Amino acid sequence: MVNERYSFLALAKHALTGHKNWQPAIRHPEPKDKYDVIVVGGGGHGLATAYYLAKLHGINKVALLERGWIGGGNTGRNTTIVRSNYLLEENANFYEHSLKLWEGLSSDLNFNVMFSQRSVINTCHTPAELESTMRRYNAMRLNGIDAEFLTADELKRRVPSINLGQDGSLRWPILAALSQPRGGVARHDAVAWGFARGADALGVDIIQNCEVTGFKRAVDGRITGVETNRGPISASKVGVAVAGHSGQVMAMADVRLPIESHLLQAFVSEPVKPFLDVVVSTGALHFYISQTDKGEVLLGGGLDGYNSYGQRGTIPNIQEVTSAATEMFPNISRLKWMRQWAGVMDMTMDGSPIIGKTPVPGLFFDGGWCYGGFKAIPGSGWCFAHTIATGEPHSLNASFTLERFGRSAVIDEKGAGPFPKAH
Amino acid sequence: MLLIPCPHCGPRPETEFVYGGDARVKRPDPSNSSDEQWAAYIYERENPKGQHQELWLHSAGCHLWLIIERDTVTHAIGSVRAAREDQQ
Repeated sequence: MVNERYSFLALAKHALTGHKNWQPAIRHPEPKDKYDVIVVGGGGHGLATAYYLAKLHGINKVALLERGWIGGGNTGRNTTIVRSNYLLEENANFYEHSLKLWEGLSSDLNFNVMFSQRSVINTCHTPAELESTMRRYNAMRLNGIDAEFLTADELKRRVPSINLGQDGSLRWPILAALSQPRGGVARHDAVAWGFARGADALGVDIIQNCEVTGFKRAVDGRITGVETNRGPISASKVGVAVAGHSGQVMAMADVRLPIESHLLQAFVSEPVKPFLDVVVSTGALHFYISQTDKGEVLLGGGLDGYNSYGQRGTIPNIQEVTSAATEMFPNISRLKWMRQWAGVMDMTMDGSPIIGKTPVPGLFFDGGWCYGGFKAIPGSGWCFAHTIATGEPHSLNASFTLERFGRSAVIDEKGAGPFPKAH
Repeated sequence: MLLIPCPHCGPRPETEFVYGGDARVKRPDPSNSSDEQWAAYIYERENPKGQHQELWLHSAGCHLWLIIERDTVTHAIGSVRAAREDQQ
């Protein structure tokens, strides 16, 4: 089925008939008995994987199975930041590839994902942080990634509402900042819908309300399909991208993961007039801030700090994030919170994701995105599709294997050691 | 906010504690263990959706390491005991 192209002309045409004749963006097919590939999980990563499998690898007999509705998990719960300001080469190459895909995504998908490259700025508050950030700046430039180092005065000119704290109002005043101008934000729902519509147009069956309840295995152990609440479905290759519940799904195939599930909270305020046109984050004070297109102030912080699947969040973290935010942006101190929520993060033991093969032949895994999965959506789908289609990882995800932990070949961007809550 | 019933200090808020993760991890015997056992010790954790045995240090209190059974969905705390009891 080929979707109608979205364009100014289509908009004008449908305006003449009162917008009553738009086609649905995706079909709602019944599952077939057999596919070439099954992708489990209808978040951004799963949908992007299905799209790139069909588009780049010519595999059209693909079923995407989603327990709830597409984009209803962490894809719909995150703070939409896109960046590639990493230190380690593996991360830099992968996330920069993803950022480049973001830059062409709206036109590739014919769906406006509202990608806004408004700069992602990290502030430095101590001499040690200044040095490590300068090191990261140099690494970024050597890897061909855009970066700017801003003095405190330059930061104040770029972000007038920020409190540098040099009058003693911050315990650790802002000394300087690292900016990635090509970083920014995107519309999270549009990413899910755009990839879903693109995949559907290429023949992928997106099956919602279909929960995987087990894996079908041959005598020699290889995957032959999945069991679902809507009956068994066969396929010789199954890719799992179910962030948040990776451990539960992979346990059905007897695969143990180096992952703990933790909560990350986010908050939005009542909407106000535009005053902040960048993303600002601080590692020292544990919070980040941006303003949405609707005018809401969007905040996030650090992890709640202990294993949890409760998508609520706890009070101490609300207090920490709010106090840090009102110190650095005193002008938001009288805003009211409108909503607060939490998502379940797959926190890996080195803070980096896993995209690749598993010990079970035919079963592939994409997960462990910690709290940075949103920006990775196009790159992750692109690499995971390559891995599933060819049976081997692409050079961009060759380091992000599951078995790297057995070799202690970890990719520990922060140098925090095997402590998931510390990444 | 968790209210953790410390066996020494009584009920105290979670902000007095430091989380130590999965309490069932056991250090392998150094003289007689494979690379796989060491890798599992360092990198693999129980991650249940439900009852979880976990370590907590009462760092702003009595400094006892505790083993707490807590539900990872409801956050309800079940049994609490000092970790040193397991070593005796």
